[in-house]
Amino acid sequence: MAELSVKHLLGIKYLNEKDIHLIFETADHFKEVINRSIKKVPSLRDITIANIFFENSTRTKLSFELAEKRLSADVINFSAGQSSVKKGETLIDTVNNILSMKVDMVVMRHPNPGAGIFLSKHVNASIVNAGDGAHEHPTQALLDSYSIREKLGDVAGKKVVIVGDILHSRVALSNIFALKLQGAEVKVCGPKTLLPKHIESLGVSVETDLRKALEWCDVANMLRIQNERLDISYFPTTREYTQQFGVNKKMLDSLDKEIVIMHPGPINRGVEITSDVADSKQSIILNQVENGVAVRMAVIYLLASKIK
Amino acid sequence: MGQKVLLSEKEINIILHRLACQLLENHLDFKDTVLIGIQPRGTFVAERLTKILKEEYGVKEIKSGFLDITFYRDDFRRGDKTLEATKTKIDFLVEDKKVVLIDDVLYTGRSIRSALTAIQSFGRPSEIELLTLIDRRFSRHLPIQPNYRGRQVDAINDEKVKVLWKENDGEDVIYLINK
Repeated sequence: MAELSVKHLLGIKYLNEKDIHLIFETADHFKEVINRSIKKVPSLRDITIANIFFENSTRTKLSFELAEKRLSADVINFSAGQSSVKKGETLIDTVNNILSMKVDMVVMRHPNPGAGIFLSKHVNASIVNAGDGAHEHPTQALLDSYSIREKLGDVAGKKVVIVGDILHSRVALSNIFALKLQGAEVKVCGPKTLLPKHIESLGVSVETDLRKALEWCDVANMLRIQNERLDISYFPTTREYTQQFGVNKKMLDSLDKEIVIMHPGPINRGVEITSDVADSKQSIILNQVENGVAVRMAVIYLLASKIK
Repeated sequence: MGQKVLLSEKEINIILHRLACQLLENHLDFKDTVLIGIQPRGTFVAERLTKILKEEYGVKEIKSGFLDITFYRDDFRRGDKTLEATKTKIDFLVEDKKVVLIDDVLYTGRSIRSALTAIQSFGRPSEIELLTLIDRRFSRHLPIQPNYRGRQVDAINDEKVKVLWKENDGEDVIYLINK
């Protein structure tokens, strides 16, 4: 029987194609479960999971917590803002203190790239990376691919453009790894200042003209400008960014095919995407959120079954 | 490793017809009854019975579905392998319905225990019955007995009962296998 090749989910980089398919097949079953009148299964009733968030999050945190609860795991939540981290405690100390309360799995978001990897080497628990700085956000990429698969039948052979702040985006990096692994073609599009140098070495193509990128693609994944990570000015004004890289309904309607619009949230309406596009029938933004719970249930279930 | 034929195609067919008649005796028009095949192998029995009831006994409509019990099993993390799920398809509520759980082989009873929990996610049935094609006597871990049984077998724990179906395995036959 199939099982994941990894003990932790630190990034898509460490997964293989079989892992992704196993996660998706398991997520299919969980999607059926969460659409029942009783949306809960007892699988993880003897597993305790700590959600440790050193950075703000709405969707991801709620989605993980719901996924854990639907699997009947015990859940504890921890946010850095209200904790002893402010008193000078180190990451390993914080986590080891939590683990000594008999916790089996840690879901962590942290502002520093590699925080999850570091933790997995020093503590005895299964680690799920819920976003580490500008590095990876693996469950987001998995739910994005899962949503493409649901909408278009398959990911292989599809053309996906990721638009926006590629430089600071963990969603972009994880998506590139995940999409390439499944045989999709990937293009990135944005102002040159927000495209990392040598991004082509990951096997993606680069386009700075949004219209050309949209004409090429089957799916456009629109990213937010990560204002909190912009240390210097990367483009003149938000208005100018919107004029060049914002998607509006008029532009979508002028394309000769109907492309799928995705967004990992939070949306800055009127900046990277207009309201009428976000709420249009081409947008699968809310499907992404629903699928997020099923995909995270699958990831947690498969990792938990490896805890001995 | 040796194997002997426990039931031939003809015997299986006779038993399925008897089971269909027994179901008919208790449920008549199947108005408030649903047949639930337990994944992965109980679904074949359920499908065969549904077919016999419809085609040979003129039952017009039978609600049926299949139930995966993976997420309700009591051996999660207790074996070496990840428990892999299969599909559940129950597109109706079982609230106030008579549910007949159907499986191919009843052995320890643990699958049935899981199925009893799992079916509650689809409502509160008025009653639940159990039908199994093969009932392995003296091997139960739990106080569970079938309401309808095809054939009772005395098999020792080292032996395995293997049920094959034409639609899946190319032939209808039941083997008793010595490991």
